[in-house]
Amino acid sequence: MTRIPEDPAGVFPDPATITVDGQSRPARAGESVAAALIADGRAAWRETRTGGKPRGVFCGIGACFDCLVTVNGETDVRACLRQVCDGDEITTTAPEVSARPPRVPAADVSVPIVVVGAGPAGLHAALAAAGAGARVLLLDSNPRGGGQYHRQLPESFRASRPEKAHPGQAEAAALLARIAGHELIEHRPNTTVWAAEAAEPALRPGGSNPAEAGEAGHVLHTTTGTVRAERVVLATGAYDRAVPFPGWDLPGVYTAGAAQALVKGQRVRPGSRMLVGGTGPFLLPVASGLLAAGVKLEGVLEANRPAGGWLRRPGILASAPSKLLEAAKYNLTLARHGLRVANGQAIVAVHGSRRVEAATVARLRPDWTIESTRTVEVDAVAIGYGFTPQLELAIALGCSAGAFVDVDSQQLTSVPGVYAAGELTGIGGAVLSAAEGRIAGLAAAGAVPDQRAARTRGRYARFATALAEIYPVRDGWQSWLDETTLVCRCEEVSYQTIRDTVTEHAVTGTKTLKLCTRAGLGWCQGRVCGRNVADLTGLPAADHRPVASPICLGDLAGA
Amino acid sequence: MHSDVAIIGAGIIGAATAYELARAGVSVTVIDRGALAGGTTSGGEGNLLVSDKPPGAELDLARDSLRRWRELDPGDIELEPKGGILVARSPEAAKALAELTATHREAGVDGRDLSLSELAEREPHLTRDVAGAAYYPEDSQVQPVLATAALLTAARRLGATLLTGAAVTGIEPGRAVRTASTTVHAGQIVIAAGPWSGEVAKLAGADLPIQPRRGMVLVTGAVPKLVHHKVYDASYLAAVASDDAGLQASAVVEGTPAGPILIGSTRERIGFDARIRVEALRVLAQGALGLFPSLAGVKILRAYGGFRPYAPDHLPVIGEDPHRPGLWYATGHEGAGIGLAPATGALLAALMTGGVPSVDPVPFSPARFG
Ligand SMILES: Cc1cc2nc3c(=O)[nH]c(=O)nc-3n(C[C@H](O)[C@H](O)[C@H](O)COP(=O)(O)OP(=O)(O)OC[C@H]3O[C@@H](n4cnc5c(N)ncnc54)[C@H](O)[C@@H]3O)c2cc1C
Ligand code: FES
Repeated sequence: MTRIPEDPAGVFPDPATITVDGQSRPARAGESVAAALIADGRAAWRETRTGGKPRGVFCGIGACFDCLVTVNGETDVRACLRQVCDGDEITTTAPEVSARPPRVPAADVSVPIVVVGAGPAGLHAALAAAGAGARVLLLDSNPRGGGQYHRQLPESFRASRPEKAHPGQAEAAALLARIAGHELIEHRPNTTVWAAEAAEPALRPGGSNPAEAGEAGHVLHTTTGTVRAERVVLATGAYDRAVPFPGWDLPGVYTAGAAQALVKGQRVRPGSRMLVGGTGPFLLPVASGLLAAGVKLEGVLEANRPAGGWLRRPGILASAPSKLLEAAKYNLTLARHGLRVANGQAIVAVHGSRRVEAATVARLRPDWTIESTRTVEVDAVAIGYGFTPQLELAIALGCSAGAFVDVDSQQLTSVPGVYAAGELTGIGGAVLSAAEGRIAGLAAAGAVPDQRAARTRGRYARFATALAEIYPVRDGWQSWLDETTLVCRCEEVSYQTIRDTVTEHAVTGTKTLKLCTRAGLGWCQGRVCGRNVADLTGLPAADHRPVASPICLGDLAGA
Repeated sequence: MHSDVAIIGAGIIGAATAYELARAGVSVTVIDRGALAGGTTSGGEGNLLVSDKPPGAELDLARDSLRRWRELDPGDIELEPKGGILVARSPEAAKALAELTATHREAGVDGRDLSLSELAEREPHLTRDVAGAAYYPEDSQVQPVLATAALLTAARRLGATLLTGAAVTGIEPGRAVRTASTTVHAGQIVIAAGPWSGEVAKLAGADLPIQPRRGMVLVTGAVPKLVHHKVYDASYLAAVASDDAGLQASAVVEGTPAGPILIGSTRERIGFDARIRVEALRVLAQGALGLFPSLAGVKILRAYGGFRPYAPDHLPVIGEDPHRPGLWYATGHEGAGIGLAPATGALLAALMTGGVPSVDPVPFSPARFG
């Protein structure tokens, strides 16, 4: 809830003055509006439509839409994504009519290869394709490349020791410098792809076969113009999965990714006394980042009991040596603060009137049902239960996908010319993503495959499979809910409503359930609740979102 | 399994038919290959309109239906008598619109000509660039999926059976319906399979001329109440009646109780091509902005679409196959199936049980196809 004092990253941001509901407040140019509001002592700045409940940041990376705010008259702006400009007027109650945001000049382009997403997978795909001589357009919605893992501080922070904010900064900086310096790569930041489709035959003069006609086969509609491309590499990554529990919609409950983004990318502490809980090795860097930022951690809770799983898979850890080293480093950081990961424990409820004041921590049985509980006083918690891939563009382009996009050994999807790499194809971390990106980039450029990247992918893919098996989300979380726990945060749909609708109306379809309860119909379009509703009802999750990111009616009319 | 009637299709039409038959004491099994309301019923908007129907058989059915919707009250289905406003953007359109309201009034429909100041009062955010307008207080709205679920649940409480996830693989008119896992023996079989009714009829050896007409809808994020009625461009009337296969769109803009604004809808004949095309969405957006310029900053959250089931003469097909006793149709409602559902169910139930129909069944008879 404060900025990191005496920031070891050595930031020298340009000061900015914003107004919040008419009152002048200090901020940093280039930080997110959410960071400015949190640093100003607010955990919440919005009330829900039906329940009037306070909301602030939850996911921190644009997936949940909890953080909506009005900026300069434009309503429903995601505070976690919008960068502060000096003089911005922020209001927490929306005007009746939204001002249309200033239009970004849009130019339609045709390129041989477009890469969507500038995280490890996308960066390596772009470099590999360009290295093979192809011209590449790299699109990303963030102001700077790096994605979630190599998240960069705003340029305007002028950090003198950015490596203090991100342990992998040296590698990230080198990677981004190669991108910036490559004459065949155009990196377009601040660009969101809001729809994707196959080019219509009518749009291709002189033939229906795009390859023959030499015409682009895929159309991406972006906030900076339409892009036609012969080949597309999708590297759109993933966002944290959070499972519901009583109180999880209170301000002060953050996803692990949000806590990390605030600390790593904004130099703002989400709380002063916190718990980190969930499952998977990602909890470790988050905890260690919070500790380095001066947050007092009351515990790091791993719901599974992973030791046995690793022991039963000898050699797996050794196949991903960097992972082993990483984990050891993080555990050491924890130990220095007198902490060690508590296995078989979870945050199963949080309490507070307008924000988190305490949490119920449970010792879990192996199936995650509750064995015993205790209360811990905290002002924030960070939770992460694995990741959900951002499948919408892949699905819009017609790629076959289950929980992840299906790809072959060249990272080619079921659609000719469309490749996928990184978390979209399975959750395995930055090294695996980078190898997949390289393979996809080379294949998209028609270059000779790289055997080394293939070997790395093989090793880390085995590691990823083990991760999924050792850190599953177990059904026992469903016993944490009470009748009134919201499953869909956006439309405020309770567990009871979902359960009763399924039984009362004999609902056997995902779409039917959505339209009967409104769960998944709100701002986040089921990004947060989709997997949870699927688990609760046994109906499949649907990731079909032809509008992949909200777009102003005025911009759509001119698209 | 045995029941008096087997209904193929758990959309709004199948649901309304099941409910009416169950109420009449008939035992019914509703069979669907997917979930209830998983077809066209979840791909439309749920307007219950009289304003878009010129005097004639379809208007009679719509008025009978509207009355039934008001009486049904099967639980919370977001029934809202919001009223429709038609906007004419040119002097010619205004003239045609005034003629329409006059003929409507003659037929007993409450269609009122609006002055521009009355219009501005009813819809403050509407463009002032309007040549004429009309107000139809009877035009209403339901949430189609809730309505279907409620009707089926009511029917089940009266003894009906719902079989979902059961694709029909064979039909013997007057005897039985087969699915992969079961056979439903029934003396009467109703095909209410929406745009797929033609395919399903083939299983019974029948040739039913029902085709899909694609439609797409845009949905905004929840906003304050900016649009108070269902507001549409009078050119919509031409699009509805058109036989053109190309992309047609005339803006239909309305607020909903849940907060989002719905912007419909396109009309296109492209078979069962389910892709959402940005070109179609753009045309919808342009139409909506033409009516409500101040919505430019409102955010579009999602887009969806469906396939309207249409017959060559744009009239529903309700009745028994003249050549196949025991095989009945309830389909072809095109862009008005939600509105026409209760009257369709009641009409079919009356025809099947020897009751007295409340509208003339002849215009809807399948016998018209020979
Ligand atoms: C964009 C759009 C907007 C619309 N707006 C409105 C509006 O505002 N007001 C209005 O009144 N109407 C509107 N409509 C029209 C309305 O949605 C339809 O007329 C109505 O839903 C048709 O209902 P139905 O029950 O006949 O078909 P459906 O809802 O399609 O039901 C047919 C069912 O049959 C099942 N089925 C098909 N084949 C088989 C098989 N072999 N075995 C088993 N089951 C099978 C399907 O799974 C489906 O559930 C709109 C339509 C569209 C596309
Ligand atoms: S916190 Fe901004 S979208 Fe989730």
